[in-house]
Amino acid sequence: MSDITQWLVVWPVLIPVLAAALAVAAWGNRRAQLVVGVLGIVAQGIAAIILFAHVWTHGVLAVSMGGWPAPFGIALAADTLGAGLTVAACAVALVITLFSLADTPEHCQRSGFFPLLLALMTGVAGAFLTSDIFNLYVWFEVTLISSFGLMVLGGGREQIDGAVKYAVLNLLATTFLLIAIGLLYGMTGTLNMADLSVKVAALPNSAALETVILLFLVSLGMKAALFPLYFWLPAAYHTPLPTVSAVFAALMTKVGVYALIRVFTTVFPESGDLARDAMVWAAVGTMVFGALGALTARDIRRVVSYTVISGAGTMIAGLAIGTETALLGSIFYVIHSIIISAALFMVVGLIIGWGGNNQIDTLFGLYKRAPFVAIAFLIIGLSLAGVPPFAGFWPKVYLVQAGLGEGAYVLVAAILVTGFLTLIVVGRTFALVFWRETSEKSAADGYRAGSLRIGTITTLTALTFALGLYAAPIVEASLRASNELLDPGPYIDAVLNGAGEHP
Amino acid sequence: MNSLILRTATPFLVGLTVLFSIYVLLRGHNEPGGGFIGGLMGASAFATYAIAEGVSATRRALVVPPISIAGFGLFAAGVSGLMSIAFGDAFLTGQWWFPDFNPDLKYISTVVLFDIGVYLVVVGAIVGIICALEEDG
Repeated sequence: MSDITQWLVVWPVLIPVLAAALAVAAWGNRRAQLVVGVLGIVAQGIAAIILFAHVWTHGVLAVSMGGWPAPFGIALAADTLGAGLTVAACAVALVITLFSLADTPEHCQRSGFFPLLLALMTGVAGAFLTSDIFNLYVWFEVTLISSFGLMVLGGGREQIDGAVKYAVLNLLATTFLLIAIGLLYGMTGTLNMADLSVKVAALPNSAALETVILLFLVSLGMKAALFPLYFWLPAAYHTPLPTVSAVFAALMTKVGVYALIRVFTTVFPESGDLARDAMVWAAVGTMVFGALGALTARDIRRVVSYTVISGAGTMIAGLAIGTETALLGSIFYVIHSIIISAALFMVVGLIIGWGGNNQIDTLFGLYKRAPFVAIAFLIIGLSLAGVPPFAGFWPKVYLVQAGLGEGAYVLVAAILVTGFLTLIVVGRTFALVFWRETSEKSAADGYRAGSLRIGTITTLTALTFALGLYAAPIVEASLRASNELLDPGPYIDAVLNGAGEHP
Repeated sequence: MNSLILRTATPFLVGLTVLFSIYVLLRGHNEPGGGFIGGLMGASAFATYAIAEGVSATRRALVVPPISIAGFGLFAAGVSGLMSIAFGDAFLTGQWWFPDFNPDLKYISTVVLFDIGVYLVVVGAIVGIICALEEDG
């Protein structure tokens, strides 16, 4: 029943597992782990690109593990959204890995950086490609466990403190998710998302169903760092190594946002007024409070952590509006945010290296020492705020257009206000950290960024610039992804009758 | 722990426990048992050794670092799922081989390799944790 093309879905998940296993087996040999780590992520990226190319020409590709027929077996399924996000995640992970070669201290690389990163990438790809809701929970756990390990690398007091808050709150969220999945399984008797889509639509509206929907919103919203459950993120993201923060900011909340998009389009397309209203207000709160948090924070790492939160709100705004254009905007924003969040944390790592501390009140005059990084920061910041001609502009255009079309004026106002506040944050940070003159000498005059770190930051900066000037491919891919989400018929068909050929 | 009785009994206990853990691992193919429970028994054997002889002696006895054993186990489990690609089946489909030359050996399957992988992961991870805790304490 199964042919070799169906393996295309498996490789992006299987390659990093095998690479992580090899890297663990080579414990103590930093050089071998480094080679396995880089090659593993490159191979995963290539597998993801091949998968995306196949999905682009042939449609949704599904495979059931162990040859168990759907809906009993655990199915992996790649649609444009899942495969596309896997490609974006792998590409940015590769850039971050190259950055880490220069940035991560050797003793941290020795204590398991590469195996943990590969395990995290397994979880991320698994979450993007699974079509089984319990399996989704398992991939969340995989990312969570490896992220604990990454977070305490270096083992400082501040890191352990951040990791404990992160661990407790995320475990709480996964417990809620597990309860929600359990209740849903009790009501429908299935865990396969395609099968759930069919069975949930046939369920009568009941208080129990409403509860399950809200539990999913709460638990996945906590993962995606939505208002009012985002407090774990600024408590934790500023403590780990710059590389680790970059990985987390680029990927972790996006997995939560992806899960929300998947669950609230495929499983609960008609989620009811209560959940919709909750989602709208969560999006508004996340955007505005994220931006306000960025405005009040003094630690530059906290400033960028809060911008990750307001970004998550913007993505959920599109999901809350729910039309084709709105989802297009959301998906484009996810891809834009994966690039921009990684770049921001990498630049902040350099800023702290040069400035010798992390408070925006005491950092100054970096423009003179590193004009190049200053320009990179400005471009990334403007893209974050949604200023044309950078990539952050387009998704906001689509979101505002969709919001005006649907009469969701609160969301439109929140998006515009957030963009404005973010612009103030970026401008103020730039003025204080880069422009401010002073006669004092800063603490770390001998700091050298090196060509690898500058090169990787340049790559991401150039990417956000290029996608701003030539957004058509991303728009086209996001449009197709949002159409697939709104019409889950082919996805359901591919998963449930998935063994054969799909035109 | 410096106890003459424990140190005298340990070599026998460790040998027996490891042997029994492998029996449970292989028995788990069709009957109660398997990689996880077998791995726990194997880990308890090395834990006994660590209590009696100390952590550094245990590390020497294992030759490879415990965490590497876990890595090899995970790799073996992954590869066992991969084997079905040669037979045109989906990932993780069990493959069975019935050799003719030896009637006592009924079959060999990739499922056994998966179980051995689980066994190694459990032994490696638990012995690694025990060694780390004993060393620092």
